[in-house]
Amino acid sequence: MAPPLIEVREVTKTFPGVLANDRVSLSLDAGEIVALLGENGAGKSTLMNVVYGLLTADSGEIRVEGEPVHIRSPRQAIDLGIGMVHQHFMLVEPLTVTENIVLGTEPTRGGVIDFRKARDDVREISRRYGLAVDPDAVVRDLPVGMQQRVEILKALYRGARVLILDEPTAVLTPQEVRELFAVVRSLVGEGLSVVFITHKLEEVMSVADRVVVMRDGRVVGETRPADTDMAGLARMMVGREVVFRVEKTPSTCGDTILELDDVHVLDERHLEAVKGVSFSVCAGEVVALAGVSGNGQTELIEAITGLRKVSSGTMLLKGEDITKAAARQTIEAGLSHVPEDRHRRGLVLDFDLMENTILGDHRLAPFAKYGVLNSSAITEVTRQRIKDYDVRTPSERVKAATLSGGNQQKLVLARELGRDPDLLVAAQPTRGLDVGAIEFVHSQILSERDRGKAVLLVSLELEEVQSLADRILIIFEGRIVKEFAAGEASDEELGYYMTGGGGDKLAAAPQEVVVSDGGSQA
Amino acid sequence: MAEAKREHPNRVVAILRELAVPVISVAIAMVIGSIIMIVAGFDPISAYVAMFKGGFGGGRQIGETMLRATPLIFTGLAVAYGFRAGLFNIGAEGQLFMGGLSAAFLGIALAGLPRPLNIVIMIVAGAAIGAAWAFIPALLKAKVGAHEVITTMMFSYIARYLVSWLVTGPLKAEGQIPQTERLPVETTLPKLHEIFPFLVPSRAHLGFVLAVLLAIAVWWVLKYTALGYESRAVGFNPWASETGGISVSATTVKALCISGALAGLAGVTEVMGVHLRLFDQFSAGFGFTGIAVALLAKNNPIGVIAAAILFGALSAGGGTMQLEAEVPQKVILIIQALIIFLVAAEQISRWILGRTVRRGVEDAG
Repeated sequence: MAPPLIEVREVTKTFPGVLANDRVSLSLDAGEIVALLGENGAGKSTLMNVVYGLLTADSGEIRVEGEPVHIRSPRQAIDLGIGMVHQHFMLVEPLTVTENIVLGTEPTRGGVIDFRKARDDVREISRRYGLAVDPDAVVRDLPVGMQQRVEILKALYRGARVLILDEPTAVLTPQEVRELFAVVRSLVGEGLSVVFITHKLEEVMSVADRVVVMRDGRVVGETRPADTDMAGLARMMVGREVVFRVEKTPSTCGDTILELDDVHVLDERHLEAVKGVSFSVCAGEVVALAGVSGNGQTELIEAITGLRKVSSGTMLLKGEDITKAAARQTIEAGLSHVPEDRHRRGLVLDFDLMENTILGDHRLAPFAKYGVLNSSAITEVTRQRIKDYDVRTPSERVKAATLSGGNQQKLVLARELGRDPDLLVAAQPTRGLDVGAIEFVHSQILSERDRGKAVLLVSLELEEVQSLADRILIIFEGRIVKEFAAGEASDEELGYYMTGGGGDKLAAAPQEVVVSDGGSQA
Repeated sequence: MAEAKREHPNRVVAILRELAVPVISVAIAMVIGSIIMIVAGFDPISAYVAMFKGGFGGGRQIGETMLRATPLIFTGLAVAYGFRAGLFNIGAEGQLFMGGLSAAFLGIALAGLPRPLNIVIMIVAGAAIGAAWAFIPALLKAKVGAHEVITTMMFSYIARYLVSWLVTGPLKAEGQIPQTERLPVETTLPKLHEIFPFLVPSRAHLGFVLAVLLAIAVWWVLKYTALGYESRAVGFNPWASETGGISVSATTVKALCISGALAGLAGVTEVMGVHLRLFDQFSAGFGFTGIAVALLAKNNPIGVIAAAILFGALSAGGGTMQLEAEVPQKVILIIQALIIFLVAAEQISRWILGRTVRRGVEDAG
């Protein structure tokens, strides 16, 4: 029997104070898709960064086709036929697809880059692996899913036989995810092997040949999708039973907390992103704003939370006019905001946990008096919140950047809910989180509701919308096009309205047009 | 109390880690400096001995070091405060000139009034005009996004040439030299030995004490006040700050004005404590050296004191080095440049530090 294509033996990697990989072993055969499943911070990416030469293991060895190798840089990994596509793309945005793909290994003729050959090469591999893309398109103008294809093509151009995909679906729309899976299958059909890092169980079930589950830096199990189910995988990954759909009682609608009337909002390019939205949220209910990304949700949320100007219409919070309020006033009026991008808007990553805890309340008692911060009160409240919201951290003095994604989000929740708001605006609160953290966030949102608070939830995940919402508003192209009560509509119906409601074939077309465009040019 | 004790070692380690890069940068710069001296045929040992003597060799020498460190503490603080709020106040020199101008003007206008009152008025006025000089670039930054590197730099030119014109024209004193009238004693800062009789007579003046107190104040403001918190928040992440209800534009304006006020004080104390009058060349580029001081101090206000004293000592010791070891004073400038270079290129020091530590561990093992 031939040795595995790649074999990782007993690899250990420590960071100061953290055992990221503890004697991890893993093997990969030619032509197979292995899903590396685990919660955030389980050590999946660390392991793959070791294989790709970005990190050096403290001990252990890696073999490629049975030969022990020392991979000290991505360059060596590439020479061994290992390619990796990172979660955050490493593309030069102003350059074209071809320029990006050949970057660093440009074919030359007489000292100058042979662009004609480069483009032909790109066309050739993109045809061979069925990855349609326009070689002359500028990367900046491409949708995220296309940019990811460019990353994959980059690895293939360099002769990758093994492709490591680090959480490849985190940034994709459901449609793009389906396309990616098709691509992955066609790559494997061409004899490549794929390692697929993920924490999403459905993905594992639908694409992997084999699953390796990691927890706390160790491999805790290995199985095949056919031999298990989502609950079984979740149990292995988290180490306990996981509730997928939170049980909730019927809502009791109290006073109207948030009221929007014919709100219009412009985006950065001064185009109308929100075109006359009216709705209300009452105390004790969760209203979900469901829609495909880019249909005005972000602008609407920014308008409500005082981060963006409203061009016309009115917004009332507990009867108080917040149409022109800045973020400061909305906070004071009783609004808390869990932003969709926690690294950019939710946290100051270079601040420690205490400094992040007081953000927004840093001029108020008990944190400050006459503009002077009260360190002991800050420490005390931070410690209490860390405990109440189960933020896993060595101390309240570490920078927020050192926490895992789930714990960062818990920290944001701790701050925003600790303020005891009347209205919680939560934008994609579980994006990028693993099942354990998602479960926690969901239960917190529902307990706010049960305490008689109003919750406005924005989510791209139908599952989340279905399990949390008392009312579902569908937003499409800046308008609320449909409203459902909880449990009234199936996922298919929601999807139908989210994509335009005029027949889903038409609605899905824009995505497909891009694909077939690339294809016809290739 | 027990709590505090338990955390103590960690904080010491953290402080040592912060100190490592600046200290190593200085050491490497001195090593390279000695290589240059050897190649040029000088004896580096006697040069450094002479330099040290010139900087710290006695009461008078220490006084001279303090004198030269004083404006650098102010400008270093100015630049550091700006950096903490994400602003690069490259125009500290201009705010310094305006502070000097205000002191030279008020020093004549207030002649005859009691000295303590004059000192307070002139310091407050100098800080205010420094802040005012930074206010317009700050407002432009906050309202239309004009980059402060360009605007403060241009305001620096305006201030410099305004002073240049004033000292040759409207404010020129009797005589050939383009300079303002000498300040009467009641509008000058006392020498330190006048207040503390046990000190050896030297040129060091009260401005040094003020600078050190202010450094501590700035450290406190940054760490323990809502104002400092907002400045740092905006410096690290303006989007998260905005989401947290902090006005990014107001914070920017405040921070750049505070920076300008600190730089203005450098000009005030130079005029009131050293030159006692204003002329074209009264600042030896302190505003720009302040950038280097802030860099070396890694924008820590307490570190600014140490970095400014180091630069002050290099400058004070340079003369002695030239006299005693016959090494040209320019070598000092080379060493200064190397320090800044190495701090800026932090990775070089980190790499050397990493190697040394690793080798130490291997040796021990």
